[in-house]
Amino acid sequence: MTTNLLSLRVASQHLLAPVGIVLASMALPAIANGFVLFQATQVMVFAVAILGLNLLVGFSGQLSLGHGAFFAIGAYVAAILMGQYDVPYWLALPAAGVVAFVFGLLFGLPALRLEGVYLALATFSLAIATPQILKLSVLTPLTGGSPGIAVSKPQAPLGLPLTDDQWLYYIALCVTGAQYLLARNLVSSRSGLAMLAVKEDPVAAKAMGVNLSVYKTLAFGTSAAFNGIAGALSAMAVQYISPDSFTFYLSASILVGLVVGGVGWLPGAFFGALFVLLVPNLAEGLSKGLSGAVYGAILIALIFFLPSGASTFRSASLLRTRRKP
Amino acid sequence: MELFVQQLVAGLSTGTIYACIALAVVMIYQAIGHVNFAQGEMAMLSTFVAWQLMQLGVPYWLAFVLTVVLSFGMGLLIERTLMRRLRHAPPLSQVAVFIGLLLMLNSAAGYAWNFTVKPFPTPFGTGPFLGASWISQHQAGMLASTLAILAALVVFFRFTRVGLSMRGATSHPVSARLLGIRVQALEGLGWGLASAIGAVAGMLIAPIVFLEPNMMAGTLIYGFAGAVLGGLGSPAGAVLGGLLVGVLENMAGTFIPVIGGELKLTLALVTIVLVLVIRPQGLLGRKLVHRV
Amino acid sequence: MKTTTRRQALRTSAAAMASLLSFGLTPAWAQKTAYPGVTDNEIRIGNTAPYSGPGSAYSTIAKVEAAYFRMVNDNGGVNGRKINFISYDDALSPPKTVEQTRKLVESDEVLAMFNTIGTAANLAAQKYLNAKQVPQLLVGGGATHLVDAKKYPWTLGWQPTYYSEAVIYAKHILANHPNARIAVISQNDDFGKDYLGGLKDGLGDKAKSMIVSEATYEPSDPTVDSQVLKLKASGADVLVNITTPKFASQVIKKVAEIGWKPTHFLINISVSVGAVMKPAGIENSQGILSTAYLMESTDARWKDHPDMKAWSAFMDKYLPGANKADSMNVYGYVTAQALVQILKQCGDDLSRANVMKQAASLNKVAFKLMLPGIFANTTAADLYPIQQLQMMRLKGEQWELFGPIISSGAGQ
Repeated sequence: MTTNLLSLRVASQHLLAPVGIVLASMALPAIANGFVLFQATQVMVFAVAILGLNLLVGFSGQLSLGHGAFFAIGAYVAAILMGQYDVPYWLALPAAGVVAFVFGLLFGLPALRLEGVYLALATFSLAIATPQILKLSVLTPLTGGSPGIAVSKPQAPLGLPLTDDQWLYYIALCVTGAQYLLARNLVSSRSGLAMLAVKEDPVAAKAMGVNLSVYKTLAFGTSAAFNGIAGALSAMAVQYISPDSFTFYLSASILVGLVVGGVGWLPGAFFGALFVLLVPNLAEGLSKGLSGAVYGAILIALIFFLPSGASTFRSASLLRTRRKP
Repeated sequence: MELFVQQLVAGLSTGTIYACIALAVVMIYQAIGHVNFAQGEMAMLSTFVAWQLMQLGVPYWLAFVLTVVLSFGMGLLIERTLMRRLRHAPPLSQVAVFIGLLLMLNSAAGYAWNFTVKPFPTPFGTGPFLGASWISQHQAGMLASTLAILAALVVFFRFTRVGLSMRGATSHPVSARLLGIRVQALEGLGWGLASAIGAVAGMLIAPIVFLEPNMMAGTLIYGFAGAVLGGLGSPAGAVLGGLLVGVLENMAGTFIPVIGGELKLTLALVTIVLVLVIRPQGLLGRKLVHRV
Repeated sequence: MKTTTRRQALRTSAAAMASLLSFGLTPAWAQKTAYPGVTDNEIRIGNTAPYSGPGSAYSTIAKVEAAYFRMVNDNGGVNGRKINFISYDDALSPPKTVEQTRKLVESDEVLAMFNTIGTAANLAAQKYLNAKQVPQLLVGGGATHLVDAKKYPWTLGWQPTYYSEAVIYAKHILANHPNARIAVISQNDDFGKDYLGGLKDGLGDKAKSMIVSEATYEPSDPTVDSQVLKLKASGADVLVNITTPKFASQVIKKVAEIGWKPTHFLINISVSVGAVMKPAGIENSQGILSTAYLMESTDARWKDHPDMKAWSAFMDKYLPGANKADSMNVYGYVTAQALVQILKQCGDDLSRANVMKQAASLNKVAFKLMLPGIFANTTAADLYPIQQLQMMRLKGEQWELFGPIISSGAGQ
């Protein structure tokens, strides 16, 4: 009886922070203006993208410098479906995820043969080639070429007194929550454990019968799907996409967010997203022309002094909780 | 037919640019078993240093030598301060540091020297080579220099103690240490050499593409493609690969209708992926077998 | 121990709240004014420009505009109000442009956006600004479809469009080289296609027969040697060079290297002697043709012109150390004058609607440093202020104007 109460107390202490954050997030539109909601939506977009990359890197041990490509695919699919085919946004979002998933699988297949530095190289090339592929003149009727595509914001369903910004914010909140829970489940499921085994010791895992190829490819596809959905959300928030929105800098930002949040720790995605969105603005405040250098310097400093990113703090608090009798 | 030959030669001369970069990439790979994504930016920075020296009145060859020495030092410094601490870090952390370095170098160069293109002098003269209109003296000189560096590297890796030790240290660090080889020092040397080669590459390329902070951004990936195609472990392969990539991309641009010119980066991407998947050791590299 | 964990949880929540608050949640206690962005003492104007990243050379424009407004403020401002010019970096990245524009409109509450640099940047922010009914003034890009009085009534153009410039080249070719065989090299994106469209439309029916070879390049290409070789092989005797400064330089150099001497047209964003001709070789650049609508600071003809002297004094006082040979310092100076003119015409009615109305009522205004005979003119149906150009030819290290002022019309 007492142990149940104790564990209940532990659980409630654990949940206080996340529940508090969720409640605060839901209340945000009441006190924040459109621009702040826009920024908050952007943070969530990046968090979803980083979650996706985390699934790949943290849980299946593969590397990718090119996830911006899947982000771009999701964005374009959503923009084209909504703009040219009048598909409603709540269909376009999952469609973006599905298409990105397929492309993720397609890239994941050859990626199976690549490891470490080779995979990094291949995905780096993907990131660099993405803007040019998006500009290919054969695809222009669909993609709109360099001028890009203007995207309409989803509007609140009839009756709800919400502005477009607020409505999109709530959509993003729901999507992010859903993606987070999905990621959580994947990680603790059998497949998730299999993927972890693959990451820790691929040879042993193979010897134990884990089908490496299937899991690694699925991991690639799933992480691509997450990035595709993030891209679609981003397209709706910014209301404009063009090939130059998806340069190598985007892939680098997602990677940086992952490192800052901490590889293998799902909640870290939010810290990483905050970092990626706020720090360049801070750096600009320090020196307009040198913002890239400040950003790079902060990144390197983090790797040296805080290599596990935000997840270092997590282990500390977990340890303290465990020490209770 | 004349157009074909002209494009072939043009492809070879662009390919020489890629070959130069590929050599630096292979050098680093030989030294530390990693690909340095910031290689291009380091080369660009070195070229700016050379340019600045010349602006201050230093004559070309002196500036050239000084730059090579300074770049060697820069590579060594990076290894000592940054990379040494990351020896046992996960590959992701190392890659993230390379990216950070890339961002810092690019931004700093842009801030210091702004983004307007600057002409960079060539020691080889600017007229047509031996009267032929499709290859200039500089391009011929560049090709000759690349081959010279290649020859030096081959000799270094095959016939000198240091070179052989370096190859041993990368493939079997533990055994190498047991043999008394100072693995750490060799890594520093490798970084320094790669940095120096990058500087030479930059100074050879700048007269053609003009000096500006983003001059390497476009060419780096073709250099990677060339290095991969030729084999990441083979300097000769790097040069061969670079030349092939240059020719391939030129031919595609001229002879594939409509989208030929737009496919260059895609071609590089496809080359890298296909080679790494089908024949990871490239054309001239040696196959690595992983013992379980 | 129980308190430690509770405190821990509270601390985490507090940290989370703090990070949310760092967004700047506290509502902006803006002064209650009649018009957004305007108080009795100041007018807030917003701008984004690439201060970092590859396009950062263009940030010179924003810097000289800021300096111009400082000068205007020192002299009493506009109708008694000082101009508060707020400019943010967007690194020419469209999502960043949108973010900064929203910040300017919703957090900084500016009256209008002014001369945002870059066609892509302006396109990115266009829908938002028009939906919010915020004036998007004097857009810093020459793409024709940026300006459309019916579709985007809140967007005001500025410089002659790329399309119209190419039409002028076409007309010149038809008049002076009627049997020309034309080769074109263009950047493979919107900007290049805009020019190409103007060239072809300007040539009319003769386009198909006169243009014998076309080549494109990507901004990511290391060199354009291959393209130049292909163009020469076609036997063309006229070259239309639609490239950005770095590639323009490469083209000029390669053309000389292979011994080709076509009549060479160069688009006017790449005419900087210091940035393009000198790296390519001045001797290789002789006789190149282009167009202009602003005075060149290096042109000896304007050395003693009172407006040029005034500009030079302004540069010395407000931007000491800046490169006076950089034509962007002239462009920004003229564009800033246009904004001040619009604001002056508003008088005390600084509502956004009136700002737009005045923007559409520029009545043949000649700003300082525009070429004599060229002026800005707008109506409600035609929001392209400048539609005139004059041809020029490179002689020695200077551009020599020749011929009449040509009217180009705005776009398709």
